[in-house]
Amino acid sequence: MVLRVERLTVRYGGLAAVSDVDIEIADGEVLALLGPSGCGKSTLLRAIAGLERPASGVVRWDGADLAGVPVHRRGFGLVFQDGQLFPHRDVVGNVAFGLRMAGTPAPRRADRVTELLDALGLGGYQRRRVTELSGGEQQRVALARALAPRPRLLLLDEPLSSLDRALRDQLAVDLADVLRASGTTALVVTHDHDEAFTLAGRVAVMRAGQISQVGPPAAVWRAPADEATARFLGCVAIVPATVRAGVVHCGYGEAPLPWAPDGEIRLGLRPTSLRHNESGPLAGEVTHRLHRSDHVRLRVTLDSGAPVDAVTTVTADAAPGTRIHLTLDPTTLAILPT
Amino acid sequence: MAPASPGLRRAGFALLTAIPLGFLAIFFGWPVAAILRLGITEGGVLDVLGRGDTWRLVAFTVGQAAASTVLALVAGLPVAFLLARTALPGLGFVRVVVLVPFVLPTVVVGLAFRTLLPDGGVVAIVLANAFFNVAVVARTVGGLWAHLDRRAEDAARTLGASPARAFTSVTLPALAPAIGSAAAVVFLFCATSFGVVLVLGGARYRTLETEIYLRTVNLLDLSGAAALSLLQLVAVVAALVVGAVARRRRETALALRAAAETARRPAGGEWAVVGLALTVVAALLAPIVVLVLRSLSTADGWGFDGYRALAGTGYGGSLDVSGVDAVLNSLRAATDATVLAVLLGTLASVVLVTMSRGRARRGLVETIDTAMMLPLGVSAVTVGFGYLVTLDVLPGDLRTSAALVPLAQAIVVTPLVIRMLLPVLRSIDERLRHAAASLGASPLRVWREVDVPLAGRSLLTAAAFGYVVALGEFGATSFLARPDTATLPVAIARLISRPGELNNEMAYAACTLLVVVTVAVVALVERVRVPGRAGLGEF
Repeated sequence: MVLRVERLTVRYGGLAAVSDVDIEIADGEVLALLGPSGCGKSTLLRAIAGLERPASGVVRWDGADLAGVPVHRRGFGLVFQDGQLFPHRDVVGNVAFGLRMAGTPAPRRADRVTELLDALGLGGYQRRRVTELSGGEQQRVALARALAPRPRLLLLDEPLSSLDRALRDQLAVDLADVLRASGTTALVVTHDHDEAFTLAGRVAVMRAGQISQVGPPAAVWRAPADEATARFLGCVAIVPATVRAGVVHCGYGEAPLPWAPDGEIRLGLRPTSLRHNESGPLAGEVTHRLHRSDHVRLRVTLDSGAPVDAVTTVTADAAPGTRIHLTLDPTTLAILPT
Repeated sequence: MAPASPGLRRAGFALLTAIPLGFLAIFFGWPVAAILRLGITEGGVLDVLGRGDTWRLVAFTVGQAAASTVLALVAGLPVAFLLARTALPGLGFVRVVVLVPFVLPTVVVGLAFRTLLPDGGVVAIVLANAFFNVAVVARTVGGLWAHLDRRAEDAARTLGASPARAFTSVTLPALAPAIGSAAAVVFLFCATSFGVVLVLGGARYRTLETEIYLRTVNLLDLSGAAALSLLQLVAVVAALVVGAVARRRRETALALRAAAETARRPAGGEWAVVGLALTVVAALLAPIVVLVLRSLSTADGWGFDGYRALAGTGYGGSLDVSGVDAVLNSLRAATDATVLAVLLGTLASVVLVTMSRGRARRGLVETIDTAMMLPLGVSAVTVGFGYLVTLDVLPGDLRTSAALVPLAQAIVVTPLVIRMLLPVLRSIDERLRHAAASLGASPLRVWREVDVPLAGRSLLTAAAFGYVVALGEFGATSFLARPDTATLPVAIARLISRPGELNNEMAYAACTLLVVVTVAVVALVERVRVPGRAGLGEF
């Protein structure tokens, strides 16, 4: 383990923004800290960076306590949601900043800057003013700036949240590539699970100042530790269910879940968990229809009288008033302990 | 921040805080407190308060200040509209013309209005005070107006409001806090206005401020003067509180836009407002033009007699120093004062920004901020008078030292430096400093790499502005300058109080010199004004 946070608590006045948190990040690993806004994840990141003084607990790097090491000597890179580029410096001036602080000779500085700008698709941007760049370009420069001095740990605070969707997806993929290629150890703080799952090898879910679950993205996605985590990860209904021989049985029918252990569980359903399928076991009447970019969301009143969410394809005939059949989609289900 | 040795850093920080506060305490708090004490213990207060002419004095002070404030508002609002809401060629020039009066030496303005209205009396005083303060209204109100979202007005129009109705029901209420805040500041400046009233009112029309001066200098009635100072101080604090309340309400959530988005070509009835504003601008130019013309006119046609006479000491030796020496005295004192004020103002701004960045209590930060602003509100005459009664205690008897003048001027200039620098430092996102620190910059290096380059222009602007204000400072300087260290404004006041056409010509020439310097500095300041940062560092 390289970074180790032990029983860390950060207080604002009487309020514990982070309470008693333990996390570990291995060399070369990317960990995402995922949680709703106000859960304390940014405070935790700031405490690791050395920008907040913890009330108790220890941040260690390779076993050494960092309490006495100020921000500028930690060698941790920092990327903010909105770039925070130095407005009085051009692209090169920003990217080379850390190298200049480290006293790197000018020729090696220039090489490193060119190398990073090329890697991030910013070749030729050297002398551009940062205030004239688009949001996505600014964020790429911010990333290059943080990576330039080869930080021991890269801390990213909602690095993609201020970008619009198309840019975000593109930069998420590029960012994941750059992190993997350079073998950078990184901590990404985000409220967006797509972002967390794209970038990170492991996800720590945080709520109300505490870590509620840590694990690989797929495990967290399909087996949230508790109901609140499940709801944060998109589950809208939680129902009792039984797993027998890799098949889950519940009030909405059955679906194959080969990875689920046998026994009584609670099943988390997402808005996409019930699919329009004319051979499905559930029947009901469509009450509302909402067109999304690549699918259609439905509100269906089942014959039992219970209202449920469901999805169908864009081309399907499912106007309000239509009677349709639904079936469970196993890929979107989550299981919770009883 | 998580410094390596918090104890050491805290001690260093306390020391940094102590320097500006200590200076303020010794060269402002103590003299003013001494005046208060003198006023109270000598029994002068009750005596003075019981006299009818004191209250006539108060009534005249308040009355002329109120009239001047109303006039400044009426003249300033169209100009605020012109500067904030229209996109017309030549607005840069208008900006300079509006700002110049605010930093013109009071004596110069006094003389200009005496020339325009030879037997003006009250009218001249009110006009001159308003002349100074049109800039305050135009800048304070215009600063907000430029950032006000036009779409609120557009919404009112689509809901059936006429342009006038949309203005009175939507725009005016949104501007009210800025107007209130500007009115409070203008009232304060007018109520404590010294040079103008002294030059235009003489012994006939006196305000508290000039009365304090006349009693001290001419009648040697120290306790009476102290009592009047006390009375004035109470009034000033009351006005400051009103202004602070208005400013606080100004922080309400308004939909603010970038200035460039809200300016456009005027249309329809707006041209009438533009015409009105241009009339005001022309009126602001008139006294300045008259001064320059008079300085060039001699008994036998146009000439430079006045300027040539500056080499001497005036008609029959009216001055103890030559005009040239007075110029040199002025430059020297203003330079010292500016250097001192920039140092103190920078230090105070850094301390205030660092405190509000950390977890310091907001109340404490606000208290220090307000304390540093006090000299702006307390009459310079009171400060100058306070020096005379206190500073003999310090080693070397500062009272007879030439250092007194720059010290007093620095007290007046420091708040201006803080007001121009602090908003810029505050507007620098804290995370920008964090980014620099995470890249390996030590706290000192962060200042050098981030704060200095970003606030440098504002600091230069503040220094230039401060220099002009120090150059024209009259209230405290007239108390403290000895005959042989007279500055140009003091020399001008002396010249015009003595008979002799030569003295008049010299005074006009000296005034023109000050006007030229002021205009040059204001034009420079306007040129380097950081674009997109309008509204910052305005009064």
